[in-house]
Amino acid sequence: MKRAASRGLFYLALIAVWVILAKLRVWPPYIFPTPWGVFEALWAGFADHSFWIAIAVSMRRMLVGYGVSVVFGMILGLGIASSKFLEETVGGLLVSLQSLPSICWLPMAVLWFGLTEKAILFVVVMGSLLSVTISMETGRRQLPKIYSMAGRNLGAKGLQLFLYVTLPASLPYIVTGLKQGWAFAWRSLISGEMIFVSLGLGQLLMMGRDLNDMSQVIAVMVLIIALGYLVDGLVFKTLERRLEERWGLVPAATA
Amino acid sequence: MTPTPNHRTAAVEADRERRMPHRAFLHAREERNFRVFPALVPALNPKVALNDICLAYSVNTKGKLIALEHINLQIQRGEFLCIVGPSGCGKSTLLHLIAGLERQTAGEVLIDGKAVEGTGTDRILIFQELGLFPWLTVAQNVEFGMRMKATAKRERAAKVDQYLRLVHLRQFKDSYIHQLSGGMRQRVALARALATEPDVLLMDEPFAALDAQTRDLLHDELERIWAETGRTIIFVTHNVREAVRLGDRVVLLTFRPGKVKSEYRIELERPRHLEDLEVASTARDILNDLREEINKSLEAEYDHEASR
Repeated sequence: MKRAASRGLFYLALIAVWVILAKLRVWPPYIFPTPWGVFEALWAGFADHSFWIAIAVSMRRMLVGYGVSVVFGMILGLGIASSKFLEETVGGLLVSLQSLPSICWLPMAVLWFGLTEKAILFVVVMGSLLSVTISMETGRRQLPKIYSMAGRNLGAKGLQLFLYVTLPASLPYIVTGLKQGWAFAWRSLISGEMIFVSLGLGQLLMMGRDLNDMSQVIAVMVLIIALGYLVDGLVFKTLERRLEERWGLVPAATA
Repeated sequence: MTPTPNHRTAAVEADRERRMPHRAFLHAREERNFRVFPALVPALNPKVALNDICLAYSVNTKGKLIALEHINLQIQRGEFLCIVGPSGCGKSTLLHLIAGLERQTAGEVLIDGKAVEGTGTDRILIFQELGLFPWLTVAQNVEFGMRMKATAKRERAAKVDQYLRLVHLRQFKDSYIHQLSGGMRQRVALARALATEPDVLLMDEPFAALDAQTRDLLHDELERIWAETGRTIIFVTHNVREAVRLGDRVVLLTFRPGKVKSEYRIELERPRHLEDLEVASTARDILNDLREEINKSLEAEYDHEASR
């Protein structure tokens, strides 16, 4: 309760400062809009459906791109972890590739796929695939050996051992990977959309800039934050809570 | 109690002689019946037989670490055998070999006369760290082995109920592992192992991490369960008193390479207690025998420290 109260107070104070600065007209409104200006922009955006469409388009890209990275990332991660050779070769390459900001894939994507949906999906996939792969791999490697030994000891073999022991045992690591992958995919998508004009939230943001409409810029930023927060809170926090109920303290997955 | 360290070498020799052919074995047995040490007479069909087990690890290209050397042991059906030795003598490894989780370099492990090839649910190991599955409830942990064998659901439920009752954990069947105390987890591991209905139960220092009261309690329970289910138990511990408290027979292993140093038949009446005078005095005798090996293991540790 106390935490919620202090949080509420903090945000109220923040908005109050914003109102005061806007009222004092230190900067002109097209540079520093009022809170209600932003609210109006939000309202108008939802009223003329442009925000809904942007959300739908961006989310569709997220689901497709992220889905692809999760499937391939898991397979790749498990594969790399199961072979010393792959770990030393492909594993090393992936780690070095991860230091490349995902937006750097955009020029390549545009040259390969042209200004199409595929290009933006490529950027999203490249942004999140690596982090999903790497956390799957570390998870698989850090998995205490005792679980698979106990599983074998109790008669689990081959696929059974994988499905009933290895997979559930690596769940904490998988969730960490999924969460990280989502965050990376989200970032890649928005930056991709900003440069590459074809609907979506990123494009809406750039449109605000083109129209010199600061209220809309901030409104879209708020929207992006809210969406990210919502997914994290609804999907990943729930997953983590479930895990914690079962496992007690979840083993720290480092990736 | 029948301490037999002096005749150990003779026994090992005899063991080697009798391995094959079969007739020589019978002959040796008859001959040895005249001796005063019935503990060493090998029965015709032991439940578990370790024949000349050796295990070596290659440390690097040159060095080889010999973990186990010429281990010969027979364990009778329904016997409670305790293996004692200093840390690093390979006693846990020996259990892994019997469980089929690791493979020996030479020699063979026989279960009912058949060589062990990999894991099998006729022998279940309770690990020192237990290895309970945190993503499953207590009941799901206990039924895990049966699920792997695709036992019918109703039968599984009945068995889970039966074995949880045996370890007094029925009301905790829907709890997750992290919600239980150390002693309770220990009992879940025991129930999980028993529910697979193994002939041989292998226990690797299962009570080492428990407080004294809980351990006493679990000793009593284990003894009771052993009596009720008639399983063969091979129990590894570094605690001599625990070994005397529980075992029909106590086998002492030497420090690296692990060899059988001596065997003691414990003929104290059951139920025993850790604080019994006879248990304590027997343990003291065995401990004297073991002391030398413990010193060796400590020295090795210090040397290692010094060389770093």
